[in-house]
Amino acid sequence: MGLLSKKDAKLITDPLADNNPITIQVLGICSALAITAELKASIVMAIAVLFVLAMGNVVISLMRNIIPSKIRIIVQLVVVAALVIVVDLVLKAYAYDLSKTLSVFVGLIITNCIIMGRFEAFALANGPWQSFLDGIGNAAGYGIILIIVGFFRELLGSGTLLGYKVLGDPIEKTGVYAFGYENNGFMLLAPMALIVLGIIIWVQRSRNEALIED
Amino acid sequence: MGLKQNLHNFKEKNKDKKWLPLFSAFHTFLYAPNEVTSKGTHIKGADDLKRTMNTVIMALIPCLIFGMFNAGYQHFAAINGYTEGMSFLSGDFWNLQNFMVGFKKILPLVIVSYVVGLGVEFIFAIIKGHEVEEGYLVTGMLVPLIVPIDIPLWMLSVAVIFGVVIGKEVFGGTGMNIMNPALIIRAFLFFAYPTWMSGDKVWVSGAVKRTQEIADGAQLDAISGETILGSLAQGKEIAHSIWDMFYGFIPGSVGETSTLLILLGALFLIFSKIGSWRIMLSAVVGALVMGLLFNGISNAGWIGEGSKFYALMNTPFWQHLLIGGFAFGVVFMATDPVTASQTTKGKWIYGFLIGFISIMIRVFNPAYPEGVMLAILLMNVFAPTIDHYVVQGNVKRRLKRIKAKTA
Repeated sequence: MGLLSKKDAKLITDPLADNNPITIQVLGICSALAITAELKASIVMAIAVLFVLAMGNVVISLMRNIIPSKIRIIVQLVVVAALVIVVDLVLKAYAYDLSKTLSVFVGLIITNCIIMGRFEAFALANGPWQSFLDGIGNAAGYGIILIIVGFFRELLGSGTLLGYKVLGDPIEKTGVYAFGYENNGFMLLAPMALIVLGIIIWVQRSRNEALIED
Repeated sequence: MGLKQNLHNFKEKNKDKKWLPLFSAFHTFLYAPNEVTSKGTHIKGADDLKRTMNTVIMALIPCLIFGMFNAGYQHFAAINGYTEGMSFLSGDFWNLQNFMVGFKKILPLVIVSYVVGLGVEFIFAIIKGHEVEEGYLVTGMLVPLIVPIDIPLWMLSVAVIFGVVIGKEVFGGTGMNIMNPALIIRAFLFFAYPTWMSGDKVWVSGAVKRTQEIADGAQLDAISGETILGSLAQGKEIAHSIWDMFYGFIPGSVGETSTLLILLGALFLIFSKIGSWRIMLSAVVGALVMGLLFNGISNAGWIGEGSKFYALMNTPFWQHLLIGGFAFGVVFMATDPVTASQTTKGKWIYGFLIGFISIMIRVFNPAYPEGVMLAILLMNVFAPTIDHYVVQGNVKRRLKRIKAKTA
C-alpha cells in the first residue's frame, strides 16, 4: 500500500495527460495564450493556479453540504476571489516585476474556466482529501502545458530561458547567432501560442489511441 | 512491353511497400497512370489538377525571369544611379550582367522552396499512406516571387515548413486548406523576421551584406532601395516615374514589381479559364473605390498635410494598382480556386472586399505597407461564409418563386 490508494493516485495522474484540462478539455486557454511568452511567467502562473485550485477545492468541498445550490456560483466566486487576492498580494510584495508582467492575468484566475469547472464538477460532490488531490492534479496538468508552451516560446522567440541567454547574444553575435540565426518574433505574438498549443494537442492525440476520434 | 507497362508492373509488385507513394509521385509526374476509377459515374475533364497548376506556373514564368533581370538592375542602379526614362525593351535592363546577379540569387530561393516544400509533402504522404498531392507545385513557384531577394535561405525553409504543415497539411492537404499556403509562408516571415521583410535594405541584392561590410570598416558606399510603398509611408519623394512602376523597374519582392507582365499573366489565366476574371476585376474595382474615397478625403482638406497618412491618401487612386504587391496578389493569389469563394456572386463580393481592404490597410497602417497579403488572408477566412449566404439567398429566392406560383 503506497501513500495514495490507486483511485486517489488516478485523481492526480489523469489530468496530467489523458484528461488534461488544456489539451483535452480545452479550458483555461486565455491565460495560456497571454502569459506564456516567458518561461518564468508561465511557472509563476502555474504555481498560482496550483495554490488557488487546491485550496479552493478544499474549501468548497468542506462547505459543500451547507451551500444552497441556488447561490453556489456566488459562493464559489467569493472563495476563489479571496484566494486570488492572497496570491496577488504575495506576488506584489515579493516579486513586484513579475507581478507587473502577469498584470491583470493574476486577477483573471478568478474567471479561469478550469477552477470553476473543478468546483462544480468535483469539489461539490467529493470529500476534502479527494478534492485536494483533484485540485493538485488539474492545476499540474494546466501548469505542465503552460511550461511547455512557455519553454518553446521563450527559447525560439527571445533566445533565452528564464532570462538566461542560452543561445548566445544576438547583438554581440555569439553562440548560434554567429551562424546567422535570428529570433523568431512571431513566437512572442499570441497566435503562435495557439499554434504551439495546437501542435501539442496534435501530437498527444495522434499518439494516444484512446483519444483518436471517429 | 514498353517502359510504361514495366513501371506499372513494378508498382503492382511493390503495393505494400512504405515508400510506394514516393515512387507513385514521380511516376504520375511523368506518365498518366494505368489505373482508372472503377466505381460510380464520372465526368471526365481535360483540365485535371496537374494541368491547372502547370498553367499557373506558365503564367508565372515571365514574372520570374523579369525578377532575375530586375534584381541585377536594382543592384547596379543602387550603386551607379537609375537610368531615367527607360523603355521596356531597353538594353540597360535586359543584359546578361543583370541576369547573372539575379539568377545566382533567385535560383537558390526557387530550389529551397521546392525541395523543402515537396520534402514535407512526401513525408506526409508516406505517413498517411496515400499518393503525393501536387498542391505544392504552384505554391513552390509563388513563394520565391513574393519574398525579398536577400532573405536568408534557412528562414525561407523554416517558413515553408510552417506554411505547408500548419497552413495545409493540418487541414487535410491539398484542396482542404482554408488559407493560401504561399501567403501563410509570407505572413510567417513577415511577423517572425520583420527586419528581413521590410525596410530599405532587403529589396536590393547585396545591400544587407554591404551594410555589414561597412560596419566592419570596408571603404564602400552604402546601397539601399526603398519600395514605393515604404517611401510613401514615410512621406519621402518618389524617384521613379509611373512608367518605371508599370514596367517594374522598381525595388520590391522578386516577382511582384512588373505590372505589365502580371497583366500578361492575368490575360493568360483568364483566356485559359484557370483564373477567375470576376475576382480580378472586382478586386481592382474595390481598390479604385477605396482609393477614390481617400483621394476625396485628402482633396476635401479633411486631413492635414502633416498627417502621416497624407502621402498615401493623396496618391492618385489608380496608382495603387501599380505599386506594391497588389497586382500580383490579386491575379495569382486571390484567384486560388481552393481558398476563394466558389459562387459567382460570392466571387464579386470576395474580390471587391480584397481590393477595398488592401488599400485601407496600406494607408492606415504604415507598419504593414503590404496590405494585400493581409487582405487576402482575411478574405480567405470569410470566403466560406460569403458562399453560405449566397447559397442561402438563392434558396430563399427560389422558394419564394415556388410559393408565388402555387399560391
